[in-house]
Amino acid sequence: MTLHTPGSATPATAAARLIYHKPDVLLDRSTHYCPGCGHGIVHRLLAEVLTELDLPAHTIAVAPVGCAVFAYDYLNVDFVEAPHGRAPAVATGIRRVRPEAFVLTYQGDGDLAAIGTAEIVHAAARGERITAIFVNNGIYGMTGGQMAPTTLLGQRTTSSPNGRDAALMGYPIRITEMLAQLPGVAYAARGTVADVPAIGRLKAMIKRACQIQLNSGGFAIVEALSNCPVGWGMTPLQSLEHLKGPVVDAYPLGVIVDRGLGADTHPAAGTACPAPSHPEA
Amino acid sequence: MKTEREIGVGDGRTEAELEAGRRSRVLMKGNEAIAEAAIQAGCDAYFGYPITPQAELLEWMARRMLELGRVFVQAESELGAINMALGAAATGARVMVSSSSPGISLMAEAMSYMAGSGTPMVLVNIMRAGPGLGGIGPSQSDYFQATKGHGHGDYRVPVLAPASIGEAMELLASSFEMAERYRTPVMLVADGILGQAMEPVDLRFRTPERHAFDWALTGAAGRPARIIKSIDLDPEVLEKRNLDLQHKYREIARHEVRWEAWQLDDAEFAIVAYGTAARVARTAITRARERGIKVGLFRPITLWPFPERELARLSRRLGGILTVELSSGQMVEDVRLAVEGRCPVAFHGRMGGLVPTPDEVLGALKALSGHHAHTPPPRVRGYEATELFEPDYPAHSGARRGGRR
Repeated sequence: MTLHTPGSATPATAAARLIYHKPDVLLDRSTHYCPGCGHGIVHRLLAEVLTELDLPAHTIAVAPVGCAVFAYDYLNVDFVEAPHGRAPAVATGIRRVRPEAFVLTYQGDGDLAAIGTAEIVHAAARGERITAIFVNNGIYGMTGGQMAPTTLLGQRTTSSPNGRDAALMGYPIRITEMLAQLPGVAYAARGTVADVPAIGRLKAMIKRACQIQLNSGGFAIVEALSNCPVGWGMTPLQSLEHLKGPVVDAYPLGVIVDRGLGADTHPAAGTACPAPSHPEA
Repeated sequence: MKTEREIGVGDGRTEAELEAGRRSRVLMKGNEAIAEAAIQAGCDAYFGYPITPQAELLEWMARRMLELGRVFVQAESELGAINMALGAAATGARVMVSSSSPGISLMAEAMSYMAGSGTPMVLVNIMRAGPGLGGIGPSQSDYFQATKGHGHGDYRVPVLAPASIGEAMELLASSFEMAERYRTPVMLVADGILGQAMEPVDLRFRTPERHAFDWALTGAAGRPARIIKSIDLDPEVLEKRNLDLQHKYREIARHEVRWEAWQLDDAEFAIVAYGTAARVARTAITRARERGIKVGLFRPITLWPFPERELARLSRRLGGILTVELSSGQMVEDVRLAVEGRCPVAFHGRMGGLVPTPDEVLGALKALSGHHAHTPPPRVRGYEATELFEPDYPAHSGARRGGRR
């Protein structure tokens, strides 16, 4: 494509090179997410990774209950809606009858770390060959900012109006670290959308988690620490500072476990992969 | 229990051998016969969780499905099992789940989602006595749950109720057909006796035809992406979704009603019963006819859609109806709605895992036939409710607490 710049003294003759664009799998719609919310960034990263790995046509994704309930409105892949917390079980069913599909779950912390703990723990324990995207913003955003299991100590929410008190409400759950104990978990990592370098690292984690599934490595989960400006009662910029500070302090970033499974170059997307192999503990 | 080789359903046999096997009659346990019928009906995936009295169904599947290279997963809970089924069914697979009463309560959530999103599945409930953990004896006390809705929302689920193991095997194939034809979960309910008993069955299996589904999630290669969901936050859109569902239910009610009439041609009285209760009723009817009481059996096979028109028509020429259930009286409400007072409707039932004896039923029949001309209709019970539920609550404490006299 050659661009001719109107009004310039000499016509532009160099061919313009497209180096960055919206992935086609990301639908051209404005989202329902609140201003400053991190979900849009995670959607974008996921769309980029799916495109780079040539996966959209093979993907069957599971939408959660929570803020990402409408994920299917933004990502142009086959989607099934799961009841609250059940996405890993739904994904298990898909995985077992569709060995050739790329199976993806997208859950928030209320969905995954509260009501859906049994489903996520056992999908991980079985080493289900699925890729789980876990967006942790430490709050129930969709229902109006109530306390989640991941809410920080002292954090005020609409259901912990005086701040989360450990004596009454227990402690935040680092569920990704819990899952990392399980031998069926090939990969568990935590990133964040807090700033641009972190977003780049988060994308690399998501890509690795997807490649592991393609290489039959087992269960892979990426936790994306995100913000909820409205639920946290902050401006978007304040919420990002909060995310980089106390939230990251409570939930350390990095790869928690990478068992080196499925590390080789992945086969072409869409080829059938064998059933999950269960490494010994 | 016989192995699949002995009963002639294993692989690696010639067609003639298979045919000979199909013609044979073998003694089979209900749970295992249901499981094998599902396999022969082409069940691609089974998800379950152990619970008495249906555990043998899960165990049969654990062995056979793996032998056949199909999908078996023992889930972490009934919630896990039915949501795995939801996921597998969303891709167009032929999927079955089974459980017993307390487990079905846990599955209610996903049933609502599957009904709302139009996801086909067969769910078998080998009913045990409740409420709560209850007991492991046979029961029909999940009639309300099965026919009036398990989970939330305006939805129905076809419910098939076999009265023998052989019939259960045939109805299982029908269940898959209905599930796929109407894009709905279908329930097959049998009390614990049908699950646990052994009886001779004809090894005649049926495999419903496969259809290509234009809704199944297979990856959006060369076509627009598909979404299977029940959510619609726009009330107008959601009402339309509900109207479509109700239209579907009317179609099911129009085409799928099943019942059996036995010795009703000259009958002056009828017993309405399903499942094991219907088998007790047959014995009671035979004994009653020996005593000159002209009585027959009306046996609903679909509990929903309930054969209400057929029962209404029948009730016009009857002197009375006795409903027999392994419950406190649940189906009897649908019987009364169908009969609309055209004849007296009495009830006899046992709970807690007990089964009415033919003589109990005969006694109730005698009472009905002797009193049918009188009003009000007789209250026939297998127990004295007033004795059972004699209020021995502490005296109302509100007044004392309030300190007012």
